[in-house]
Amino acid sequence: MTTLESTPPTTRPSRGKAARDRTSAVWLHVALIPLALLFLAPLWIMLVFSTHPETAIFSPNPPLWFGGAFKENFDGLQADTNFLRALGNSTVISVAYTLLSMLLTSLAGFAFAKYTFPGRNLLFGLILATLTIPTFVTIIPQFILVARDLKMSNTYWAVILPTLANTIGIFYMRQAFQAVPDDLLAAARIDGASEGRIFWQIALPVVRPALAALAILLFLASWNDYLWPLIVLTQKDSYTMPVALGTLVGLTRVSWGGIMVGTAIATVPFLMVFLALQRHFVAGIAGGAVKD
Amino acid sequence: MTTVPNPAPPTRRRRVPLAPYLFILPYLLIFATFWAWPIVSSFLMSFKDSRLGATAGYGLSNWQRLLTDEFFRTALKNTVIILAIQVPLMLSLATTLAVALNSRLLRARGLFRFAFFAPLVVGTVAYSAVFRLLFNGEFGIVNRALAGLGLPEVDWLNQPGPAMAVIILAMTWRWTGYNAIILLAGLQSIPEDVYEAAAIDGATPWQSFWKMTLPLLRPTLLFCLVLSVIGTLQLFTEPALITNSGPGNATMTLGTYLYQQGFRSFNFGYASAIAYAVAALAAVFSFAQLRLFGRDS
Repeated sequence: MTTLESTPPTTRPSRGKAARDRTSAVWLHVALIPLALLFLAPLWIMLVFSTHPETAIFSPNPPLWFGGAFKENFDGLQADTNFLRALGNSTVISVAYTLLSMLLTSLAGFAFAKYTFPGRNLLFGLILATLTIPTFVTIIPQFILVARDLKMSNTYWAVILPTLANTIGIFYMRQAFQAVPDDLLAAARIDGASEGRIFWQIALPVVRPALAALAILLFLASWNDYLWPLIVLTQKDSYTMPVALGTLVGLTRVSWGGIMVGTAIATVPFLMVFLALQRHFVAGIAGGAVKD
Repeated sequence: MTTVPNPAPPTRRRRVPLAPYLFILPYLLIFATFWAWPIVSSFLMSFKDSRLGATAGYGLSNWQRLLTDEFFRTALKNTVIILAIQVPLMLSLATTLAVALNSRLLRARGLFRFAFFAPLVVGTVAYSAVFRLLFNGEFGIVNRALAGLGLPEVDWLNQPGPAMAVIILAMTWRWTGYNAIILLAGLQSIPEDVYEAAAIDGATPWQSFWKMTLPLLRPTLLFCLVLSVIGTLQLFTEPALITNSGPGNATMTLGTYLYQQGFRSFNFGYASAIAYAVAALAAVFSFAQLRLFGRDS
């Protein structure tokens, strides 16, 4: 490979362009590599610190490579808060929320995409309009309804129900079903299939990739949700993982190694999923946002 | 009745289909109960004096208090400062990253994508905890690094300006990749021949970025801008966990103040008024952005 200085000046435009490209490529990487490392640093430090005792984390020369205190930190975390219980609560809530929300939004998305019926545009417009309304506006009446009227505080349903009406999901599933050919549905109808069957056995399998992308986003949103669970979960045993970790962060005397274990356990599975399914992730985020 | 002979009567009247309504019903029930009604209900509540022992019915007391409440003004000021610095910073970084990640000159694209997109799977509580630890004034690794470079250490979380900076940095870390993904999708929908035509006309990459890419990306940028502003107006977890709204109330936001009024003091009426103030701000900002940046598109 020739170095940049040794490239002879040339009048041929193609050679000049190639040299220019090479210079640009070098600059691009020189700028991007440190930035990428800076973005990875918090994650790296989180993982490394979860394996070191407090004394190492707060030492003048903090470790940058893994140690052997993960188990010890985990025990500390479990002593500070019932972390395993919170992990279980988070898992049940996120799985239930994801399945239910997928069902509700794909049913409704299918209706909005594939049927014409009186009131369709009005209803869809109404649902879309709520996208621009900050969630703060609903949170107090939701709390009064769930905690006082329905007396559901500290239950799974309290966390799941109010967030089920997912606007992004309905918007996303409607778009996905619009791509399903009408002929396919018409053919099934001629064969005498009921509308429910058409939805479940014909249309739904076609939009499986969109469902997968939506499932990832819904699960992640539920897994990481903080404000709403914080409001309706007041007993330690009902805490989700973010709520349990959040209560620890504010304390003055707290095991930071333990907290890093908690954040690592909350995060690492998703980093793996993200590595494996980057395409679906990216498609999900871009698909909800950009339509052409 | 009519003298006009009837046309052949339609064998079957076009029925209003039942199926789509049944499909929508479950969603609609949840939507009506947990979204539509609360939106109306909290508006009504904002006119109700809900302090302990208050007997008065509906009135303007909450809204009057909002206008003179010093804490509300502080929260509003802090939120707007964070917004005005963080959103432009993040969106210019996200645009730069999107262009870089879209460049045909880039090697190891997958690695870079992972580095910039990975933060978006990290929960707000998790990264708030990590940033609180990183920026710890006495033992934090950021200060260790600064000291190592011979720079003065900063008591990040106990001074107003630096505390604000930590929140802005944390948000930028978490959300830049998210916006870069959306912008990247926008970039990839720009047809290649636009650039080829520009290159033939002798435009430098710099010129074609400002003259072609940016204008064509405007709708996508506008989308990111509106979403980011609405999101930042509701900022809660980061100031709540990284700085406890402190020092003093230096990083108290509309979100943390609403939480305090609604769920610490249980003053639902006043908290509803704050929530509607946030909604009004979101509406005004969105409208202004659409007017300023959304023309001829």
